[in-house]
This record gives sequence, C-alpha cells and structure tokens, in this order.
Amino acid sequence: MDDHRLETIIGRLLQAGVLLAAAVVTIGAVTYLAQHHADGVDYRHFVAGGPDTSTLNGIVRSAAHFESLGIIQFGLLLLIATPVARVALAIAGFALERDRLYTVVSVVVLLILLASLLHAT
Amino acid sequence: MTALEFTIVVLALSALAGFLGALTGLGGGVVVVPALTLALGVDMKYAIGASLVSVIATSSGAAAAYVREGFSNIRIGMFLEIATTIGAVLGAFLASRFSTHALAIVFGLILLQAAYMSFKGLPESAERVASDALATRLRLGGDYPVAGSPQPYGVRNVPAGFAMMFGAGALSGLLGIGSGAVKVIAMDRVMRIPFKVSTTTSNFMIGVTAAASAGLYLKHGYIDPQVAMPVMLGVLAGALVGAKLLMHMRVKTLRMVFGAVILALAIEMIVNGITGKV
Repeated sequence: MDDHRLETIIGRLLQAGVLLAAAVVTIGAVTYLAQHHADGVDYRHFVAGGPDTSTLNGIVRSAAHFESLGIIQFGLLLLIATPVARVALAIAGFALERDRLYTVVSVVVLLILLASLLHAT
Repeated sequence: MTALEFTIVVLALSALAGFLGALTGLGGGVVVVPALTLALGVDMKYAIGASLVSVIATSSGAAAAYVREGFSNIRIGMFLEIATTIGAVLGAFLASRFSTHALAIVFGLILLQAAYMSFKGLPESAERVASDALATRLRLGGDYPVAGSPQPYGVRNVPAGFAMMFGAGALSGLLGIGSGAVKVIAMDRVMRIPFKVSTTTSNFMIGVTAAASAGLYLKHGYIDPQVAMPVMLGVLAGALVGAKLLMHMRVKTLRMVFGAVILALAIEMIVNGITGKV
C-alpha cells in the first residue's frame, strides 16, 4: 500500500458512492413525481420539515415504507456518507502504511464528521 | 407552480449552474444559490441546503478523474480538513443564527469576490520552494508529474494556511458552497503548493468539508428533498459534462461573460438583502 494506490481506491469509492446516491435519488424522484406532479409547491418562506426528512432514524423509517420523499432523502444520506467513508478508508490505508501521525489525523477528521452528524439523530 | 414544473425548471437551472461552475472552476454552488433565490424566489435556507448537497456530489464525482492525473496530495488534504471541518461546523451553526437578509448580503460579497476571480483568473505562483521545519515534520511535501516525470515540491507557512482553511470551512458551512477558490488560494499562494496539486486537493477537501455541515443542515431542515433532488441531479450532470468539455475548450471569453453575470447577481443579491426582499 502506498499513497497513490490509496488515492486510486478512494477515488473509485467516491465515484461509486455518488452514482449509487444519484440512482436512489432518481428512483425517489420518479416515484414522487408520479404521485405528486400536479400538486402546488411554494418555497418562498422557509418552514422546517418534520422528523421524516430531518433525522437519520426518521429518514430511514420513511424510506423503508417506500415513501417517495423518504427515498430521496435516503439517497442524499448515502451521498453525505461517501466523504465520511472516504475518511474511514484513509484511516485503514494509513494504518496499513504504519503511518501513525496520519492515522491519528484521519481519526480526528472522522470524529469531527461523526460529531456533526450526531446532531441529526 | 406545480411540483413537476418546479422540478423541471430547477433541474435545468442547476444543470446550467453545474456546467458553468465546472468550466470556470468556481463550482456550481455560487451560481445555483442566486439562481434559485433571485429567479424562483426560493428561500435562502432551502437554496443553501440544496447547494451543499450538490457540492458533495460534484466533489466526489470528480475525484476519480483527478486521482488518475496523479496531482492530489492526500496528506495535505487530510491535515487541512481538520481546519475546514471545524470551520464548517461553526459556519453551519452561524447559518441558523443569521437572518435570511444577512445571509443574502454575505453571499453577495462572496459573489463579488468570485466575479473578480473570473475576470482575473486564479493567481498561480510559479517557483518551487523547499519545505520549512513544520511542514517537514508533518511530511506534507510530495511530488507531481511535470512533462511526464515526477518533480518534488515543498510546503511552507502551515499555520497561516491552516487558519485560512478554517475560514474557508466556515464560509462553506454558512453559505452551502464549496469555497474552493479560498482553499486554492490558501494552498497555492500561502503554502506555496503547486497550482495543479492545490486545485485537485481542494476538490477532494470540498466534499469532506461540506459533509461536516450536513448534520446541522439536516437537523434544521435546510435539506428539503423536493428542492435538493433536482439541484443535486442537475448540478452533478452539468458538472460532469462541463469537466469533459473543459479539455477541448478555450474558456477565457466564457470566464469574462460569466464574471459579468456573477457581478450582476452579486449586486442584486446585496440590494435585495438590504431592502429585505430575499
């Protein structure tokens, strides 16, 4: 394992994550438009959504019930998870390179990301 | 407007934003937010939430292509991400404290800077330097391909670069943009990292930085599925096409036109923010 090989693997992972997320969002979008295409929409004034779109548990529950907005939001969660997975993979890579300094640096970044995502539980 | 009309219009606007953002190197976020708020009257908070998501998509989507070129430096990126992610969490926290008008004014100021950059082009420093003591201890230096053979480069001024990255992260979290231009300036100008290494490493960092704000954005309801869906799909598609075309196009004229558009958007955003229309 060297840095360039690690970056190649990470680049592929990111691309796969984005494509998967885009596919899930598209499935949700088609379902949503099939059911609600004629509904009126208005986004002029911000109104915070309910737990079904703003918490991790709510989104997973809603997507598991095949609700269209839940599926879209689940796709967006997958997207948000790709950079997080990238950092986790970098930890493994640096550990394999026996690079203690950068293993610790990557762990710090992962902890900041996880602490931030905890807000949405 | 019906849901179908809204989705189609936003999808088209976002694809254009992603396309222009990729061609000019400014990213889709700085275009898509004013397009949504000024053209469609979408509330700033929905616009920055959708933009943040699209920023993660373009950053991750382009990563594989950048890695193949062999320019990005994963150590520099990871080390500076400590600063950008902490900044992003602070920025996302501030976004929930700012009024929509204040956000619009700050966004307008960032657009002014983006317009300036489009007219001037990103400044590129030429000569290479040796690493200073701190950068050597952190093993930040590396090598990058020049005319097919690896050329080593050093890194300097780590504390100043780190501080600037914190600011870039805060802007990203506050406005839902990638703030790639600030990241590139911090690496290229302040830390003396080669321009190609700076731009590709910045692209890598943008996704991780944006992911750090995403938790707070979700919690506050800024990431609305009906708005974020067409923005994410549109910007991603536009950016991928733009990145492909970039290799075959002269972008100087386009950058001038784009700069003029951004300047107009900046003024409209600031005026609307002050008069309370946004």
